[in-house]
Amino acid sequence: MLRFLTRRISLILVTLLVVSLAIFLVTEVLPGDVANMVLGQGATPENLAAVRKQLGLDTPAYARYLSWIGHALQGDLGTSYVQRLPIAHIIAGRLGNSIILAAFAFLVSVPSAVAIGVWAGIKRDSWGDQVVSVASLVAISLPEFVTGVLFILLFASVLHWLPSSSILLPGTTPLDRPQILVLPALTLTGVLLAYIMRMTRANVIEVMQSNYVRTAILKGLPMRRVIWRHVLPNALLPTISIIAMNLGWMLGGLIIVENVFAFPGIGRLLLTSITSRDVPLLQAVALLIAATYAVSNLLADLSYSLLNPRIRLS
Amino acid sequence: MIQTAAPTSNRNLGTALAGVLVASGRCIWRQVGLALRTGGGRIGLPLVALYLTLALFGPLLAPYPATEFHLTHQLSPPSWTFLLGTDEYGRDILSRLMTGARSIILISSLGAALGIVLGALVGMSSAYKGGKTDEVIMRVMDGLMSFPSLLLALLVLTTLGANAQNIILTIGVVFMPRVARVMRSATLSVKALEFVQSARLRGESSFYIIFREILPNTVPVLTVEASVRLSFAILLASSLGFLGLGVQPPSPDWGLMISESRRFLTAAPWVALAPAGAVATLVIGVNLLAEGIRQAQRLPKMEEELS
Repeated sequence: MLRFLTRRISLILVTLLVVSLAIFLVTEVLPGDVANMVLGQGATPENLAAVRKQLGLDTPAYARYLSWIGHALQGDLGTSYVQRLPIAHIIAGRLGNSIILAAFAFLVSVPSAVAIGVWAGIKRDSWGDQVVSVASLVAISLPEFVTGVLFILLFASVLHWLPSSSILLPGTTPLDRPQILVLPALTLTGVLLAYIMRMTRANVIEVMQSNYVRTAILKGLPMRRVIWRHVLPNALLPTISIIAMNLGWMLGGLIIVENVFAFPGIGRLLLTSITSRDVPLLQAVALLIAATYAVSNLLADLSYSLLNPRIRLS
Repeated sequence: MIQTAAPTSNRNLGTALAGVLVASGRCIWRQVGLALRTGGGRIGLPLVALYLTLALFGPLLAPYPATEFHLTHQLSPPSWTFLLGTDEYGRDILSRLMTGARSIILISSLGAALGIVLGALVGMSSAYKGGKTDEVIMRVMDGLMSFPSLLLALLVLTTLGANAQNIILTIGVVFMPRVARVMRSATLSVKALEFVQSARLRGESSFYIIFREILPNTVPVLTVEASVRLSFAILLASSLGFLGLGVQPPSPDWGLMISESRRFLTAAPWVALAPAGAVATLVIGVNLLAEGIRQAQRLPKMEEELS
């Protein structure tokens, strides 16, 4: 187990190194001169040179990469060009908001997805299963921004139950105004729920057709016992890694949902940093998202191997 | 027993490739035909066909030019003159939808196709070569996959600039490693079969074996993968449009239309509803077709068992 763990963690470190290098390279070639942007129009050449020196833009790229990654490892992500604030400070609050939103969506979608999936799998081809199948197909077909806009239209414009945007006063967290969490979380839930549900259903169906379940049924065990003892443990195993995989996949959904609802999280920050060409902020946010993705992939592998002794040994 | 027949790959390369294309084409056609016998295919295929027609002839059939301003009819609700209403500049929404169909369908299908071709090439050759080469190639693919796809797409498009060509390229790059994985495992299961072994003993080249022996036998996997990829490509391309990194205005982009409609959602909901419905029905159509193809692949087997 220890060897497996060290191998996987070292693989993650290599991945992160490559990812950070890629992010740095990509953002370094962004069009537009940063010094020019900081000073605005009408800057004199001397001023431009001074700002470049101050931002360290006169040093070669590899030196800037090393200093960036070195500082980042110590928790210093640099200063935002646009907001003139330490990036770690900007990100901290936004990250908290995103985590709250993601956790909320996860807690709603995972239990219900697993429950519905197992039910639909056991009642395969029944009337209820077909309704669930069609509904989930529609849910995975709708991009988050379409669902989000439809929810705003229904719950904010027509019914006036919930606010249409999730703007927060500075210094407050979504927990102070939980009603702003409902629509973004519901939007995130839709796709997630449908996806996990379909996978669970497929797994249950596969296990139901296996020889050991047939044996269990034929030897006269009560159906309840067959399902709890034979079907569920085997069917939920792959589901667990699918859930962990979705943790990373949800990051993409988070970027869109936060922008639909103007929710002050990491995804919104990513797009703001892109539109304002705030390179250090963009680098930091992209690195953070990529790192979260890598860690959740690791969690997926770990949970799977912890629960399945057959792979752990290899 | 060792076969001594002469390798056939020395014959004209062009005829070999043409043969593959015809064979694969016939197989894909058969799959789509079979899909029509499933519920999903019966609804999905006409929907997809409708949007394909729009992509081909949409701009010709549109009642107005997509960028024409009708300044006396700003934000007017659906009527007989403007069937789906107008937006804040008085542009006809139906015409914008019909004209925008071409770019979203062209971009997502070309992007998906690029991803499929690159991924299939990489996956098949990696599996066929095996050993260290396989290990190295798949590690590189894992590296590419360690970026969430939307983040990778955003970074690439910010750097290269958002235009149709770059979006297609981005979708291709994002999809390549995922397709490669699927095609690799499909190839591994075909590679061990007898006809591949005998082709190898006959002394055929790797190129011949990959394209004439392995590829035709992975077509079922490839069709399912292609239909799934197409729906992901539409989702990705329209999401990029929504975030402002799609086709740039004034050319109509469904995602951007939805993004801009949010400002007058209460006053003029039809501006949002029309493009939202278009994206939704297009992706639902593709997904139903994909589901139909997947189900249809089980049909011949079931019929054999029944007869």
